[in-house]
Amino acid sequence: MTGTGNVVTPLPFPTAARRELGDQQLRHNLRKATHTIRDKRLRVVGEVSDWEQLRVAGAAIKDDVLARLPDLLEQFEAAATAAGATVHWARDAGEACAVVAGLVRATGTAEVVKVKSMATQEIGLNEALEAVGIQAVETDLAELIVQLADDTPSHILVPAIHYNRSQIRDIFASRMLGVDASSLTDDPPALAEAARRHLRSRFLSTKVGISGANFAIASSGTLAVVESEGNGRMCLTLPETLISVVGIEKLLPSFADLEVFLQLLPRSSTGERMNPYTSLWTGVTPGDGPQTVHIVLVDNGRTDTLADEVGRQALRCIRCSACLNVCPVYERVGGHAYGSVYPGPIGAILSPQMSGEGANRTLPYASTLCGACFDACPVRIDIPQVLVHLRQRGVDDSRGRPSAERTAMRTMSYVMRDRRRYAAALRTARRGAAPLRLVAGRRGALRRVPWPLSAWTSVRDAPLPPKQTFREWWTREHSS
Amino acid sequence: MSTPPDARTEILRRVRAAQPAAPVDVPRDYAADDGPAGLALVDLLVDRLEDYKATVRRCAAADLPAILAASLTDVPSVALPPGVPAAWLSLYGGEIARDSGDGLTVADLDAPGVAVVTGCAVAVAQTGTLILDAGPDQGRRLLTLVPDHHVCVVRVDQIVERLPAALRRLADPTRPLTMISGPSATSDIELNRVEGVHGPRRLDVVIVA
Amino acid sequence: MRIALFVTCVNDLMFPDTGKAVVTVLERLGHQVEFPLDQTCCGQMHANSGYRAEALPLVANFVQTFSAYDAIVAPSASCVAMVRESYPRLAPSDDLTVVAARTFELSEFLVDQLGVIDVGARFPHRVTYHPTCHGLRMLRLGDRPRQLLAAVEGLTLSPLSGAEECCGFGGTFALKNPGVSGAMLADKCAAVCDTGAEYLAAADNSCLTHIGGGLSRSSAPVTPIHYAQILAAR
Repeated sequence: MTGTGNVVTPLPFPTAARRELGDQQLRHNLRKATHTIRDKRLRVVGEVSDWEQLRVAGAAIKDDVLARLPDLLEQFEAAATAAGATVHWARDAGEACAVVAGLVRATGTAEVVKVKSMATQEIGLNEALEAVGIQAVETDLAELIVQLADDTPSHILVPAIHYNRSQIRDIFASRMLGVDASSLTDDPPALAEAARRHLRSRFLSTKVGISGANFAIASSGTLAVVESEGNGRMCLTLPETLISVVGIEKLLPSFADLEVFLQLLPRSSTGERMNPYTSLWTGVTPGDGPQTVHIVLVDNGRTDTLADEVGRQALRCIRCSACLNVCPVYERVGGHAYGSVYPGPIGAILSPQMSGEGANRTLPYASTLCGACFDACPVRIDIPQVLVHLRQRGVDDSRGRPSAERTAMRTMSYVMRDRRRYAAALRTARRGAAPLRLVAGRRGALRRVPWPLSAWTSVRDAPLPPKQTFREWWTREHSS
Repeated sequence: MSTPPDARTEILRRVRAAQPAAPVDVPRDYAADDGPAGLALVDLLVDRLEDYKATVRRCAAADLPAILAASLTDVPSVALPPGVPAAWLSLYGGEIARDSGDGLTVADLDAPGVAVVTGCAVAVAQTGTLILDAGPDQGRRLLTLVPDHHVCVVRVDQIVERLPAALRRLADPTRPLTMISGPSATSDIELNRVEGVHGPRRLDVVIVA
Repeated sequence: MRIALFVTCVNDLMFPDTGKAVVTVLERLGHQVEFPLDQTCCGQMHANSGYRAEALPLVANFVQTFSAYDAIVAPSASCVAMVRESYPRLAPSDDLTVVAARTFELSEFLVDQLGVIDVGARFPHRVTYHPTCHGLRMLRLGDRPRQLLAAVEGLTLSPLSGAEECCGFGGTFALKNPGVSGAMLADKCAAVCDTGAEYLAAADNSCLTHIGGGLSRSSAPVTPIHYAQILAAR
């Protein structure tokens, strides 16, 4: 099904990027945070002698899952059901939200605690619950910051990466009920302590927990949540009812496959050898944890993505966000510029595939194809290859409509496929540039050129061709 | 008019229609078996645990009660899973609350000054990870979650070097599993690790030879 | 061994001195170089912008033009990456496989094929080196260009901080996303200026045009130069 919800950007990327670029504080915060995490990741990945073998295995396991997805989904459903869980299916964001809202309402509660989950962000669950009078409390520190600030996440792993500590302090001081604003400092341990106090009583009393899952084991019906703070353990252990929203691509064939992914994920995401807490549960365990367990399997554009032979590798993604952290474009503009809950390089290939409408089509161009994302990806998604593929799909889809760019590309291709036309064109370009040399003066470069190349000279000079092309020189040298 | 297909039928149909035909071979030439054994492994585990701000003590089996008592001098009350041997706390002078029968409540465990003492199923040296599988000496998940102080006893023969070996040692992976690497922490503020959020803020590990 | 120079379209029109430099270096090492005049453009801009149909005739022209040579040497990491990495996806063929395997970026050809580090150049200046993205992450040139530069008499190599970061060029990216591109460029220019080098060397004149345009705009006293031209100097 075509994806709906928070994967559709309202603005073309260049427009949204321009807005974000103007924020100097944002640029500074992002630079500091992304460089910190890059260094940490490189350090802990460097410790692992078999990192490449793990990457190759991780990619192959995910490809295997995609190849056997129908069987594995049915296997998962059967195993989870046998273990006491109830499995639901949802075609798109609206259907998934309706399922969850119905389950929460049936419990009679008006408040739920949530573990950070991309799937619930993607389907816009909090807003949907609010519309039926249910308050969803985000318990991950960064999600809590974003929720208190009435903002949207800007990063997959660290949704509040765009705030620095003093901004976070101010958000807590003005928005967190019961906090002592006069004594709250911007010391990170003090901010963590404030979050602990704010959420403690809710953890201990709320009847319904909502989570996503990092991995779903087909053979046993087991779900896994990887986290740091213990808010995940709280939400997964203490409520009476647990509802987990899981994308259909989260499956792994067997428990043993975790030996690969639990090595790849923490080092790639937070740059730790292992995250503080990983929880795994299989249906209902009598006397331990929630006694009512629901799992909602969500499509929301994943089957569309699966249908594209080149693009489907995006479904290997384990949401580590390493590609965001190394991306020079993300570092300059942050996550909001991408308009989707999936920002950065992975978002630029995932969002348009999940929902290819309108402004999403500008996302595959939000990259210089520098390749840093592929090197960092723990499951070897060739993001530059998919970006180029999606650009090609965009061009192919719009053939038949007039486009200045296509005319230029066609003309250049026509000229360049023939040596005589090509040589003549070079000669023309060189001669045409001759009068410009007078304008350029001593620097030999132009400060302003007409559209469409004016974008170039907005911040950089343009060089002029010299008086002789290489082939003219070569021909003259070798004519005797 | 036919009724529209339900979500399950339609999703499975779409997945079948889209699925690539070729099966995939998974190369598994990453390291799975353990390298160093014995003391080097213990040293590695200690190094990794301390790096993530756990407190580590090492002792002979006979000294465990004394070491635990010393770790718990400032603790008025200790919660215990049903299967932890009483001998472990024979030298501890505070109150002992055993999680058996009706079981301890969240309020019991959330009371100030409560610590929990457990064993573990297996420990991973390379990452400083303790794996709990709800075995008798580990108990229900909330026991190691709600108290602010967790003391975990690890036998040397429970330590493996890498995660693959650790997962293979688990008797039943469908039991609730909790993997713990250091005390509760967050990297959400400027991507720097800060210890101590919702889970136990103090993690003490005792490694018993 | 028949060696062909693939000069690339950007160098043909804008940077003929780079092509001449490759000829100078290879001839100095005792090799004869040919320049097949049928060569035009590798089609990278078309392919990377999504114009596969427009790129295909250029792929065919490249394969046809160079199939008779034992080695095809180009002073552009980006264009060589196009031939070796992207051509096989665009239009796989047996002829292409052979030609692609024989296509080398200059430093690969010198270091790996000819086994030469010291090409007998002299360049008494302070130089910093920017490893362009496609050289770094597609061709994995690694240290080869820096090794060649380090062996040049009189040359002082200054390390560039954040060297592995993209300069923000990205072909049509600079035009489609000028704001982001400009922000990346500003950071790269600042890093280059911090080195105190007189020259900024790289394996791609396209990236050098981009960074050089930024340096020129701020009147920075750093001259962009293709590293082949340093290897040709004496």
